[in-house]
Amino acid sequence: MKKSVVKTSALLLVLASTLLLSGCNYVLFDPKGPIAEEQKSLIITSIWVMCIVVVPVIIMSIWFPIQYRSGNKKSEYRPTWEHSNLIEAVVWSIPIMIILALGTITFLTSYSLDPRKPIESKEPTMVVQVVAMDWKWLFIYPEYEIATVNEFAMPVDVPVEFLVTSDTVMNSFFVPHLGTQIYAMSGMENRVHLMASEEGAYKGFSANYSGFGFSGMKFSALAKTKDGFEDWVNEVKNSPEVLDDENLAKLRKKSRDVPPAYFSYVNPLLFSTIIENYTGALNGE
Amino acid sequence: MASNHTVVTEPHFLFGKLTFDSIPYHDPILVTTFSVVVIGSIGLLGAITYFGKWKYLWDNWFTSVDHKKIGIMYILTALIMLIRGFSDALLMRSQQAIALANESGAGYLPPEHYDQIFTAHGVIMIFFVAMPLIVGLMNIVVPLQIGARDVAFPFLNSLSFWLFVVGALMLNISLFLGEFAATGWLAYPPLSGIDYSPWVGVDYWLWSLQISGIGTLLTGVNFVVTILRMRAPGMSLMKMPVFTWTSLCANVLIVAAFPILTVTITLLTLDRYMGTHFFTGDMGGNQMMYVNLIWAWGHPEVYILILPAFGVFSEVTATFSRKRLFGYSSLVWATAAIMLLSFVVWLHHFFTMGAGASVNAFFGIATMIISIPTGVKLFNWLFTMYKGRVEYTSPMWWTVAFFITFTIGGMTGVMLAIPAANYVLHNSLFLVAHFHNVIIGGALFGYFAGITYWFPKATGFTLNETLGKWACGLWTVGFFLAFMPLYVLGFMGMTRRLNYYENPVWNMWLLVAGAGALIILCGILVQFYQIFASIRDQRHNRDMTGDPWNGRTLEWSISSPPPFYNFALLPAVRDRDHFHDMKNLGLAYKKPKQYHRIHMPKNTWAGVVISGFSLVMGMAMVWHIWWLAILGTLGMIGSFIVYTFEKQKDYYVEIDEVEAIENAHYERVAHANDKRDDNAAPVTISI
Repeated sequence: MKKSVVKTSALLLVLASTLLLSGCNYVLFDPKGPIAEEQKSLIITSIWVMCIVVVPVIIMSIWFPIQYRSGNKKSEYRPTWEHSNLIEAVVWSIPIMIILALGTITFLTSYSLDPRKPIESKEPTMVVQVVAMDWKWLFIYPEYEIATVNEFAMPVDVPVEFLVTSDTVMNSFFVPHLGTQIYAMSGMENRVHLMASEEGAYKGFSANYSGFGFSGMKFSALAKTKDGFEDWVNEVKNSPEVLDDENLAKLRKKSRDVPPAYFSYVNPLLFSTIIENYTGALNGE
Repeated sequence: MASNHTVVTEPHFLFGKLTFDSIPYHDPILVTTFSVVVIGSIGLLGAITYFGKWKYLWDNWFTSVDHKKIGIMYILTALIMLIRGFSDALLMRSQQAIALANESGAGYLPPEHYDQIFTAHGVIMIFFVAMPLIVGLMNIVVPLQIGARDVAFPFLNSLSFWLFVVGALMLNISLFLGEFAATGWLAYPPLSGIDYSPWVGVDYWLWSLQISGIGTLLTGVNFVVTILRMRAPGMSLMKMPVFTWTSLCANVLIVAAFPILTVTITLLTLDRYMGTHFFTGDMGGNQMMYVNLIWAWGHPEVYILILPAFGVFSEVTATFSRKRLFGYSSLVWATAAIMLLSFVVWLHHFFTMGAGASVNAFFGIATMIISIPTGVKLFNWLFTMYKGRVEYTSPMWWTVAFFITFTIGGMTGVMLAIPAANYVLHNSLFLVAHFHNVIIGGALFGYFAGITYWFPKATGFTLNETLGKWACGLWTVGFFLAFMPLYVLGFMGMTRRLNYYENPVWNMWLLVAGAGALIILCGILVQFYQIFASIRDQRHNRDMTGDPWNGRTLEWSISSPPPFYNFALLPAVRDRDHFHDMKNLGLAYKKPKQYHRIHMPKNTWAGVVISGFSLVMGMAMVWHIWWLAILGTLGMIGSFIVYTFEKQKDYYVEIDEVEAIENAHYERVAHANDKRDDNAAPVTISI
């Protein structure tokens, strides 16, 4: 009997620890770039700061009803006590001070982690254009005149500016390991600066529901060494397919769970053409 | 379902877009549900006919303008819709529990069905469960707390209720006729536009929300006027009970925010029906405008839901701590501050849309500032218990469960309010966990506390306490099991509304969440059994005095259930805890020397009939049956005009009748007190 209890609790403990500690699954706490790194520490700091008020409140919510339960005649009872300047001052000022602290952090990080702010680096910023489609992601490298579907690569420690738009409904471009997501909206160009500081293949996806194929709108973000990146570019350039009108028309058709694809050539103006498709008569003139 | 239907592009003159294909007879889940609903309805309607209760229902309930009865009907409808909304939750939890796969088609619900379910779940839980629960509670309680005989506009109240019912009805019809929106509960364009959602799902969404939303707006007007103009003599604003205060603030929010919803829905309707481009890129429209507008309504809406719950906790904590509420004016100011601030934070729902750093910082900090008055409220309740005599009744259980859960929800809310952190937390299951944490652990627990607390006032007997505590325990445990894993999954980068996924670690957490949902299911079943058992045993639970909890505010000074005119004589209020004061001074339960005739509104058919025509209009609009839509609209206008020509809208209750009703009440009180002296029952009346 006792043995089985020990066994079960040991099993539960193992299960719980595997669940909680399977470290690399906590992508938000496993940053692979400077932006995600700062966001991780921001989240952790905010939790600690808030614990200053959250923990006492939880303790009081358990302690007061027990201490002042009606059965406990030893505790003090003051049925008409309803005001105390001291307590009022404390309960207003503590939250205010915490929000002052968190507000300052909020203010500063809103600027320092602004998606549009370029990342400081010796390396020049690379541009990748991102188009959300039904239901896949198109990546365009205007410098290299290549395009890929559901996979992109970036050299490690090189800041990348992602220009994001949509050829369909609203989506959100998100690679949790790298940080900040940004909405992809038709007729508009959104910008987010990200950088990878470690090699790896990171998962990306749409974080804004966009219809029936939404769950399959996944892509890989490959962070490679400079040489590795050049190899990858060459591999794309060797692809027999080019993103001509015919292939573009195919891409624009609804499709789900689309495997990665490479296009050795793309018109570098395609991205702005897609945006202009949605700006309509009034804006286009 | 949506996958197999034919989209009729050229609506038929007589039938619009409606064809035989519109009935989802090929979906076994829906066919089964449909059969159960049909058999159930036939049984119910048959029973009503068999027992000859139609006239009773029509005369005493459907046409009633009595705020107490309307309140009860709101809550009953909400509980029925809770079954539907929670079934949707179970379907989603079970789908996600088994849908570990790397391509579409996993689990038992294809996206075409699943996406309608999560949309319906959100819409139902907010509009047709949370809203009617709180509007129902306000209906029952507010006029009694302020010493009024009814709301300011009793007919409007009945109309509000029936318009709301039409919205709920349309949403349920969509299950068996056509489809519901598969756009997410706020139906962002362009996805909700005609190009991406060509069939009738979004139209059902539009019309059911439009019609019930107008009902809610009328409720808001009604209650603002009622609270401002109909308080008993002597009840200055700062002597109002806190629940009335929070209701006032919530209704001001309704009046200010719901027109935004009405307009936004109208614009989207024009986009879908008339080919305008308010929210699509062509011709200068903008999808971001929709997102801004819908959240300019949506954020105040959250506070419409939570503020009255805060009011419930204030009443419950003071009553069961046997103590005056700590920091009344602080609580009132905090409520008013939240009310105002709730209008300047809407952008925090879409920090990731790409606004500049300054805009995001402003809205982030504004959001955090709301947590200050909210935190103060929590402290005030805690210090109300401090040096009190806390009695563990089931409303108090819900309240303590709320303190702990809501604190966690508040913390995660502040985390989401930091724009730079929001960039990685947004749209993840962390967000889903957060808003369930505040809506269940905040608003819903408050409604349950309130329903338990005022149940005897509305019905004349108390709910079974033991079962109530079981329900609270199961809900709380179930809540933590169901939603803490979602916080974890958010940190693991799982986004919301996924139909399938390929990470096996997520699967384990989703199984835990599924188990939590099953425990909540047990809680709900216990609640339904609690209601059943309490009705069955009502002889033993009867509230003879009208004051089962030794309450402090006016509503407890009259009988349970109150006479239809509420107060024979309008009380002259001297204190915040007026009734408690009266009991202490020995002035409670004193028979007045003389009664007066009472002026009361008559019941009216108009609410039901006008709403009935609105159902015809709404359904016809959904299916593009223009002639019928015109008929429905004319019917609404026509029946309203006919109603305005009715001369006898009110009547007087004669003194004899009042005297007889009041005497019976005083006799019951005297009898109850005699009995109480004999066997020292736990509830005491201090006369």
